[in-house]
Amino acid sequence: MTAIVNIFLKQGVLDPQGKAIHHALDAMNFEGVEDVRMGKQIVLKLTSTNRDEAMKEVEQMAEDILANTVIEDYTIELV
Amino acid sequence: MKHIAVLQFPGTNCDLDTKYAFEKLGCSTSVVWHKETALPENTDLVVVPGGFSYGDYLRSGAIAQFSPVMQAVIEFANKGGKVLGICNGFQILTEVGLLPGALKRNIGLHFISKFQTLTVVNNSNKFLQKCEKNEVLNIPIAHADGNYYIDEEGYNELEANEQILVRYCDEKAQAVVVNGSVRSIAGICNKNKNVFGLMPHPERALENILGSDDGIKMLEGLIA
Repeated sequence: MTAIVNIFLKQGVLDPQGKAIHHALDAMNFEGVEDVRMGKQIVLKLTSTNRDEAMKEVEQMAEDILANTVIEDYTIELV
Repeated sequence: MKHIAVLQFPGTNCDLDTKYAFEKLGCSTSVVWHKETALPENTDLVVVPGGFSYGDYLRSGAIAQFSPVMQAVIEFANKGGKVLGICNGFQILTEVGLLPGALKRNIGLHFISKFQTLTVVNNSNKFLQKCEKNEVLNIPIAHADGNYYIDEEGYNELEANEQILVRYCDEKAQAVVVNGSVRSIAGICNKNKNVFGLMPHPERALENILGSDDGIKMLEGLIA
């Protein structure tokens, strides 16, 4: 099983990298971009075959180290 | 003689400057490798120095918080021991939860390396006891992730408990935006006022001939 963890700065926490990308897109005349948020994706290959257990485990990882929940939100997708 | 334990992670690069600084101030020092599980018994102060522990992978300071020596530092701090985090050390102390808030990428995305004026916000703590309130200090900064974030509620708590140590300011002590930090915060301490963190480098401001010796009165407070 593979877990995909997406990590983004929380809404309301200014994202300077997203902002810089937005400016660059504007400068390149890509119109119609309302907002850009930049995050990171961590892909974990798991030995577990139990989805519930795997989800619990990865949630713990996200809380403990993968994300800094003071400033970041995360989503987990199991595939 | 006070004994200072200076931590060393893979990627730390201010350990020897920090050691030099405290030896210049008359202390004995030891550099403690991150795999150690205990601090020297006579430790009076732990310094988590600047650098790029673990290459800043994941987030600055994120991996270092799980080094064996950090468990010993947490215990030391919880017993009231004094801990100072400088730059990457500040990032590590927020990641490990000894200090509130977090440090994000600078607002302009650039690595900023220059002398910066700071104003002393509170001196009701050991670290800044030798500095005057509102005094302007000239201390170098060198960081890419110094943009301090804390939510409104957390900020109010910092202010109420006199936990804000220094703010970035101009020569007239007016706060300025340097890296996007909430209300120009450059350094804070915990509620118990025994754990301190700041982005500027007092250990690089020890001699006037090199630009400033304002770092001396900062560091002296911790060993007084």
